[in-house]
Amino acid sequence: MLGLSPTDWQAIEVTLRLCVYTTLILLVIATPIAWWLAGNRSPARVVVQAIVALPLVLPPTVLGFYLLIVLGPRGWIGSTLESLGLNHLAFSFEGILIASVIYSMPFAVQPLTEAFSNLGRRPTEVASSLGAGLVDRFFTVILPLTKGGFVVAATLTFAHTAGEFGVILMLGGSIPGETQVLSVLIYDHTEAMNYESAHRLSFLLLMFSFITLSVIYGINRRFAIAKL
Amino acid sequence: MSLETRVHWRIDPAFSLEVDLALPSDGVTALFGRSGCGKTSLLRVIAGLERIAGAEVSFRGERWQHGRQFVPLHRRRVGLVFQEHSLMPHLTVSGNLLYGYKRTPESLRRHHPDEVAAMLGIDALLQRPVDRLSGGQRQRVAVGRALLGSPQLLLLDEPLSALDTQTRREIMPFFSALAAQADVPIILVTHTPDEVQAMADRVVFMSDGRVDRIEDLKQALARPDSPLFVDSGAASVLEGTILGQSADGFVRFGNDRVELLLQLDKTPKQGISRLRIQANDVAVSRRPLDQISVINQLPITIEGLEQWRPGRVLLTGVLADGQRLCAEITEQSRNTMNLAVGESVYALIKSVALIN
Repeated sequence: MLGLSPTDWQAIEVTLRLCVYTTLILLVIATPIAWWLAGNRSPARVVVQAIVALPLVLPPTVLGFYLLIVLGPRGWIGSTLESLGLNHLAFSFEGILIASVIYSMPFAVQPLTEAFSNLGRRPTEVASSLGAGLVDRFFTVILPLTKGGFVVAATLTFAHTAGEFGVILMLGGSIPGETQVLSVLIYDHTEAMNYESAHRLSFLLLMFSFITLSVIYGINRRFAIAKL
Repeated sequence: MSLETRVHWRIDPAFSLEVDLALPSDGVTALFGRSGCGKTSLLRVIAGLERIAGAEVSFRGERWQHGRQFVPLHRRRVGLVFQEHSLMPHLTVSGNLLYGYKRTPESLRRHHPDEVAAMLGIDALLQRPVDRLSGGQRQRVAVGRALLGSPQLLLLDEPLSALDTQTRREIMPFFSALAAQADVPIILVTHTPDEVQAMADRVVFMSDGRVDRIEDLKQALARPDSPLFVDSGAASVLEGTILGQSADGFVRFGNDRVELLLQLDKTPKQGISRLRIQANDVAVSRRPLDQISVINQLPITIEGLEQWRPGRVLLTGVLADGQRLCAEITEQSRNTMNLAVGESVYALIKSVALIN
């Protein structure tokens, strides 16, 4: 179908799996971070903001390099895992998942922070006074009132993860079915002078990104993507 | 004394809140002071919206904050009404009203939604989205919502100040009724003397992050230098009941010892009410006068004569029922009439305002 080879399909499957997991994990992690950033005015906020935004300016190779050091067989996390009888995380799906979560962090945190800042503290303060606990407040007040922010955060994270290349190549290499995602496969096709395959997959990603961004702009004009 | 609050909070380098306050847990207590005096901050500490290290808050023997112990707001059963729009925009009026009600255990529920909606006059609005309410309606819904959570303490943070004068006048009676009927202690943050006079039983005067003094409303209105008089001059508040209609169409107000005749557009509901009488609307005479336009002439015993503004004297008199009434007279009148403490005179009341 679409003239795609089994390798292509496998790469699409890995990419989608990576995007879905990254998005789900990031929504869970980014929500409390964004909430804290939206309500905090202490000096610590600036530091956290800078750390979260680092992937926006850092060359992916830098991040990939350090992750390789830490998660690889001789890194402290990698070696700890090995001493526990598990595998280290370099060149594995779990490894590139961790990398994606870190690398796409700003794309989840920033729209949520903006949504929470716009919401303010008043609705949750009122809900607390009416007897709603933390989880209750989240699902009955925060989520319904910041839906837009969550949709934007999830979509951007998903789309950005689909476009990752450098970090994955550094940390995961190009193992079919494990770490060979679309962007990496396009690179491999190009290297092999296989322009027709590269073009098919590139066009697929191009259309995907374009449609995603159109959808986000359509959903919520207030979120300026250009800032990210 | 059962709401106790102790807090030292350095809000910014130039301002700190230093309060050690014990209040009875009944009736309406006004926290009164100018903007920026720390009254809202104090309210937030009491509610548990601010967790300040070292602060201590206890209510009816229950420790809300003490050392490392901290009861979060959602377990305190405290109702909050804020100054500005605080309804949940994704819920209808009824969704807002029932938010706290649903989260209150049945055994603790003291009000029925229908009864509260009727009391606040919002029963026709239940299915409306909240963005289609007027400012006054919103605040009434906010009050109803807080009440339906059956709070053991109700905190009102300038609930009327975002409203225009007309709306404020319309919904003031609801707040007054609330104060009288809700059967829950209320703390009212306000910078408006009118609201204090209409609703409060006692006043906590605050300035610069400190409590200056705590007084019963009567006491607070009995001293000429009261901060309540800064805007509109000295005034007295008389409590009484609407006794009905007189033969010539006036509304009779008072009790078995003191009675005033009021000219009102409509007869208000029966029940305890308050009248505000500005001191400069009261004159005094040695004997009752006929052939004068003033209808209300009440005997008083002079209790105090204090120099107030230059050339002005504030006369405080005790009415037959023990309530106090102030009159602002000139120094010259006092001298020519030779008024002295302990004498009986007549207070001629030119105009009154029913504030509750």
